[in-house]
Amino acid sequence: MKPPQPPPSLATPHKAPTGISGFDAIAGGGLPRGRTTLLVGGPGSGKTVFALQFLVHGVQHCKEPGIFVALEETSQCILANADSFGWNITPAQRKKLFFLDAQPQPDLIQSGDFDLCGMLAGLEAQALATGARRIVFDALDILLALLPDAAAQRREIYRLHAWLLSRELTAIITLKADTDDTHTISQQPFGFMQFMVDCAVILNHGVLLGVSQRSLRVQKYRGSSFDENESPFLIGNSGFEIAGARTLDSVDTQVTTERVSSGVERLDTMLGGGYYRGASVLVTGFSGTAKTTLSGAFVQAACQRGERTLFVSFDSEGGEVIRNLASVGIRLERYVKNGVLRMASARTITGSAETYLVRIKALAREHRARCVVIDPVSTWSKSGADTSAHSVAERLIDWSKADGTTLLCTRLLDEMSSPAEGSSPLQISAQVDTWIHLNYLVQAGERNRGLSIIKSRGTAHSNQVRELILSDSGVTLADIFTAGGEVLMGTLRWEKERAERVATEAAEVAGKLKRVRLDAEEAELEVRVKSLQTELVAKQIEKALLLSSSKSRAGDESRDRTRLEELRGADATPPGKNGSAT
Amino acid sequence: MSRSVIFKFRLYVADDALNSAQAKANLMALCRTHLAGRYEVDLVDVFKEPKRALMDGIFMTPTLIRIEPSPVRRIVGTLSQSDVVLRALDVDSDPP
Repeated sequence: MKPPQPPPSLATPHKAPTGISGFDAIAGGGLPRGRTTLLVGGPGSGKTVFALQFLVHGVQHCKEPGIFVALEETSQCILANADSFGWNITPAQRKKLFFLDAQPQPDLIQSGDFDLCGMLAGLEAQALATGARRIVFDALDILLALLPDAAAQRREIYRLHAWLLSRELTAIITLKADTDDTHTISQQPFGFMQFMVDCAVILNHGVLLGVSQRSLRVQKYRGSSFDENESPFLIGNSGFEIAGARTLDSVDTQVTTERVSSGVERLDTMLGGGYYRGASVLVTGFSGTAKTTLSGAFVQAACQRGERTLFVSFDSEGGEVIRNLASVGIRLERYVKNGVLRMASARTITGSAETYLVRIKALAREHRARCVVIDPVSTWSKSGADTSAHSVAERLIDWSKADGTTLLCTRLLDEMSSPAEGSSPLQISAQVDTWIHLNYLVQAGERNRGLSIIKSRGTAHSNQVRELILSDSGVTLADIFTAGGEVLMGTLRWEKERAERVATEAAEVAGKLKRVRLDAEEAELEVRVKSLQTELVAKQIEKALLLSSSKSRAGDESRDRTRLEELRGADATPPGKNGSAT
Repeated sequence: MSRSVIFKFRLYVADDALNSAQAKANLMALCRTHLAGRYEVDLVDVFKEPKRALMDGIFMTPTLIRIEPSPVRRIVGTLSQSDVVLRALDVDSDPP
């Protein structure tokens, strides 16, 4: 090969999108266009899948034909593996993907020095013919290992790199490495490649406490900002799924003030109308504090509104959950039958917290769920690293918010941990919008359930502890009594309630009695008033009669006297002397 | 191997690169010494016929292919270690 000309233009600010969910976000849009990316990873870390997905995406979505130089596996094997990912490569697209089987033949005999000009010449002809813009060298180390010495290896790597740059091909070179330790890699024979290329990505596949954990890290990216942290990923049904963190500039999701019912009427009232649509709700409590039942009530309410719901149970089978919930009047069978509700038992899923997250996301997407219940989310902290479970829970909330999905998680608290916060490693309580805590109160030989709202963002919520009562007609809340600094629940509350009821009744009766007595007294007084009035009238009449009779008598007397005088023919006499005359 | 067998070689070279030139020289010397009069060499420049190189699966240059007698043998490199090359090509190392 002739000495490579200086590359015509290195100023390619554009990125070549990989189509790998999460990776383009981490790398600010994709791999550097026209430059070389080094992909380093141990066995089974997903190097080939990553590289292949990059090529397939180029063909399917970017109109960029690609070349795959297979140095380790045969192209048949690689294509067969690709089929299992369901990328649906059409024959037309398949034609734009050129596979070069360049596995060194086992009977190859070496004698003296050689170089890679033969391959590059062939590839150049191929690239010109198909207009390829993307190229992958899978397991370049195999080819390099044939070269007699380190100097020759270095020479061929530079030759390859110069050729890639001069042709402005966006390239991925994969290399094997057993460790993520940058220092160790750079000590390996091909370590200097990391300094040469424009972008280096490290894939890691480790086992932590018996659980497989995969992670990806962009080690360098010239001329671009990138997420420098390790991002967990897994190889799912459609290839790579990287759990990338949301960047600051990602668009805020639509926030709504719509309320959705919690399924318990009084709880809705306590929350000022229910949970917010798209909110994340956390229900914490010890075993048997009715966390599942509270989730069930929420599911029932959602299904009644006709909202597609996913119920992921880590405790028991879907059927068991339905049966158990039916005993408290929450009937979910019909929603499962008409397809609104999907029950998923995650007991069978083993793997890291990442696996759970991706499976749940896939299920929710498949079911087009608007409400998702995970019962309990604390299972995650059991599998693998606490820190990774923590970040998974964070991303679960982030995902549900971005999707507008209302998420309800329960978290089992350890009986030994403090009831208020719980020393669970899954500290997601800071991120959830509403946090409901369920607790026991053991008192007077019984164990009663108490419910309190620890927080509910953006909602005026009740600060009262309520008693949670399960009956075969559903879930209800009751006020609790505080008497003499003690909280009363259960039978004690009932007794207190009864005592109060009796007292009220007695007071009512007493009041009634008094009213009746007063009525009677009033009536009596009225009667007396009436009789006195009658008496008065009689007296007045009598008096008037008396007056008139005395008047008439006086009249009579004077008349009589006049008559007498007339009879006597007497002269006018002083009136005082009349009487004596008779 | 019988002395009457004709050896057919194809040598892929990369233009005038140093190791290609060395391979060419080494091959010619070897043929003249050991296979006088019963060899054919087809010299292919991968830059002039890249498609042919690709079809033949040539990734490294120089590559020598012994087409006849069968089976096909491939040797990569400058062919500088003549013992190895002669053994690989089943050429008797004794001069005739």
